[in-house]
Amino acid sequence: MSILSYLGAIGAAQREAMQADEDVIIIGEDVEANVYGTTGGKSRADKGDFLTLFGPNRIRNTPISEEVIVGAAAGAAMTGLRPIVDLSYSSFMYLAFDQLVNQIAKNRYMFGGQASIPLVIRSAMFYGLSTGAHHSDRPYPMLMNVPGLKIITPASPRDAKGLLRSAIDSNDPVICFEACPLWGMKEDVPDEEYRIPLGQAKTVFEGSDVTIVAISGTVPEAWKAATKLRKEGISAELIDPRTLVPLDHRAIMDSVARTGRLVIADPAHRTCGAAAEISAIVAEEAFDSLKAPIVRVATPDTQIPFAPVLEGQLYPNAKRIEDAANRVLGLGPKERETQ
Amino acid sequence: MNIERETLLEMQRRMLRIRRFDERCSKLVKFGHIPGTVHTSIGQEAQVVGATVALGPEDYMTGNHRSHGHPIGKGSNLGPLMAELFGKATGVCGGKGGSLHLADFSVGSLGESGIVGSSIPIATGAALTAKVKGTGRVSLAFFGDGASNQGGLYESMNLASVWGLPVVFLCENNQYALSTPAHTVTAGVVAERAAGFDLPGVRVDDGQDVLKVYEAVRIAICRARAGEGPSLIEVMTYRFNEHSEGLRLGVDYRNADERDLWRSRDPIEIFRAWLIGNGVASATALDAMDEEVLAEVEAAVEFAEESPDPDAATAFRDLYTEPFGVTA
Repeated sequence: MSILSYLGAIGAAQREAMQADEDVIIIGEDVEANVYGTTGGKSRADKGDFLTLFGPNRIRNTPISEEVIVGAAAGAAMTGLRPIVDLSYSSFMYLAFDQLVNQIAKNRYMFGGQASIPLVIRSAMFYGLSTGAHHSDRPYPMLMNVPGLKIITPASPRDAKGLLRSAIDSNDPVICFEACPLWGMKEDVPDEEYRIPLGQAKTVFEGSDVTIVAISGTVPEAWKAATKLRKEGISAELIDPRTLVPLDHRAIMDSVARTGRLVIADPAHRTCGAAAEISAIVAEEAFDSLKAPIVRVATPDTQIPFAPVLEGQLYPNAKRIEDAANRVLGLGPKERETQ
Repeated sequence: MNIERETLLEMQRRMLRIRRFDERCSKLVKFGHIPGTVHTSIGQEAQVVGATVALGPEDYMTGNHRSHGHPIGKGSNLGPLMAELFGKATGVCGGKGGSLHLADFSVGSLGESGIVGSSIPIATGAALTAKVKGTGRVSLAFFGDGASNQGGLYESMNLASVWGLPVVFLCENNQYALSTPAHTVTAGVVAERAAGFDLPGVRVDDGQDVLKVYEAVRIAICRARAGEGPSLIEVMTYRFNEHSEGLRLGVDYRNADERDLWRSRDPIEIFRAWLIGNGVASATALDAMDEEVLAEVEAAVEFAEESPDPDAATAFRDLYTEPFGVTA
């Protein structure tokens, strides 16, 4: 075990995958700058510098050209490489949407299974950090609507390492949405290689009164809420789906069957968010288990403002999650989460 | 230029295959045997075959909506291509791609694309694999004059140039983006845009002459294979049919004189005369070749007609290598 940050764990997964398979390459803007250095030491190699470790043939520093970065990675993946695309800020991916949606998601299908596209796209969600509307997006729900992609949203260093490694090993395209507010989060992470299967939720907290499903950066907030509720005698179960596509229906359904109450915390916008999809699934498949209406705690349908005082009120936090849990338990406050 | 006799004859055979295949497709669309529509390469065979014959069998290629000529030119079997157009289970993509999305990985065809310009970055990526793994393979991106105004082309040319990728960007300039004359929407000369990316740009003014196209592409491929990086080639050509079969527009955007002029420059007739004039083949032998190709196309149609429809469940297959949910 070593104490690793979330970002360090991302680096560890990439380093191990690159050491295990020389077809794995990294492609993206400023990838030579190496933001993963976590192992100390004086020289760049000591610090785990990727360029020193793997050389410029495999660490592909690109121009600012998202369309060809993603498209070339797709073409490379279709012909024998396993690229990891560092696509930086998540809102940059819109420049590559044609390649993502029309090529990466469709090529295997359109071509009757001739193509496999072993590709990972890392997308950083810098929300909550005063980066304003062009740098704060949480766009995973848009891509949940595109069959052909897989989507992971790790919320801890340990999960980040294991899920990213599974993503790199997968022969399907996977998008890894990283919540940057979590990049500095630290915990013990196994030193050895390990993989966390895609499509397997994690029960962070067991409980019996209410289920809280929390996604990505809301997991630590939900953890705080669940801890506070526990002190008040309310037993909340906290589930982190970890993978949104494929989504672990079973884990959520089993929990709701026991608790009968569901709160979903989702940092994406409210309309057609991941929370909306999970709500619909539970309403369709577990309606009889529900003792109260499902409550979504999401980001209201407005753009992200710059001023900290304006931005800070928008994302799901521990207080809003706790209030929502109390509401589904009939304990007030009566004000509804409708924004 | 010293080209082997077999190669010369193969050029004519592949041009004939494209012509007869697409002529047949045009009729089959009209009578509803092929669902949707098709975009024929009739008139552009020299531009296609000059390039695909210059590529090796291991080399990669991507294309666009004018999609049949590319895989045929690269050496695909006609049966599975025609069956794909019919939407049959035996189609090269199992009936899930259709005319617009033909792909035949067995001959290095990495896919045609219904989105104009969208496959250019894919070809660039195939060249990246060749470079990283040192395979010696070359990649070629076909795109039209319309796509020459898409940003992805310039991102691709820039990246390929700075990384020295073995890719050939081949602009099939048939002078119209659907109904829009290229000169009304395209500043300057496409081939000259290469200079801005520090790579060679060549314009083949007579794209109806297969040997002229072949020679230009051969040089670009040699350069790419030698590690000297990408090239841009613009080939001037003309499509004899409408943008897509069955399309009827309210205006005659190409006048009759222009059409007649280009029709008199039929690439298959031009090369036939050259082959005969240079003693490569007799008129009789070339007639026999045409008959063989016609029979091949008929056999492909028969194969398509007799093939079963895809099983309904296959609509859920081939999305993921590790399927889940409805795709499992």
